[in-house]
Amino acid sequence: MNRASSIDLDLTDRNIINALQGGFPISSHPYRDVADELGLEEDDLIARLKRLLDEGVLSRFGPMYHAERLGGGLTLAAMKVPEDDFDRINDIVNGFPEVAHNYARDHAFNMWFVLATETPERIAETLTDIETATGIKVYDMPKQEEFFIGLRLEL
Amino acid sequence: MTDISTQDLTLIESICGGLPMDARPYHILGERIGMSEGEVIERLQNLIDIGVIRRFGVVVQHRRLGYTANGMSVWDVPDERVQDVGKRMGEFPFVTLCYQRPRFLPDWPYNLFAMVHGADRDTVRAQVDDLARELDLDRAAHDVLFSRRQFKQCGARYGCKGKVDNEPCKLD
Repeated sequence: MNRASSIDLDLTDRNIINALQGGFPISSHPYRDVADELGLEEDDLIARLKRLLDEGVLSRFGPMYHAERLGGGLTLAAMKVPEDDFDRINDIVNGFPEVAHNYARDHAFNMWFVLATETPERIAETLTDIETATGIKVYDMPKQEEFFIGLRLEL
Repeated sequence: MTDISTQDLTLIESICGGLPMDARPYHILGERIGMSEGEVIERLQNLIDIGVIRRFGVVVQHRRLGYTANGMSVWDVPDERVQDVGKRMGEFPFVTLCYQRPRFLPDWPYNLFAMVHGADRDTVRAQVDDLARELDLDRAAHDVLFSRRQFKQCGARYGCKGKVDNEPCKLD
């Protein structure tokens, strides 16, 4: 595997990440609980977690929310952007604070972004605003069924 | 929207930056907002029970670990099979997200999306071939969309001001 630019993790780091991808205790001393399970010292676990966050191996440590049950709106949207106009359109789309992630992908549908809004109604309004600002049709592809959102990857 | 009180929202807001790296993180959160550790724990447990919080845990930056190829596999699965196929697809270890989404015919025939992570594009393609073979989807139209660049990292904060975005913020 090509890991030239990647970060080396030792076995303990991997065990920690694999364990925490499955959840974290809601208890008085949760780090100690996890450390005990992994055969580590509490201080060592906390120090390693801090380092993994600092190095960007982990981008976040905390609760994962269910957007709709919090009252917010969430969708995936796609656009077919002319390649020679991509950068300009990209700047316009990214200028919307509701746009959370935006990926360029190799396909006729070459712009894919996640929209997160404070209310479900704001999704449609924002998509219309983006269409107006760019002059390009936006395809709204909200999830209809969720089969897996583990976001885990065994290391 | 389920039963979320003002206190719950205050608590959620207090965790925006992540869980404190301290022996008693829930005690610290409580101190920030004038709540006892016990109440913080009780409220968080309730938010998990009612499904507002899916779980606590880490978000891994796959790219930083050498999983540099991120392929969005998309499939045109007959509607009567999509439930079954979606569930089975989500069980593959290299699939990190799996959703049914609407088709837009004729432009977009695909109704099932599964993110596939691998060390390089060939690995991802081979894994997509595995999915096709294992799930009897060889004849179903499918494609893999690789990411060229990512432009915005984490526009939305988690649980802050009602905005929620659980997807990992990968650095492309």
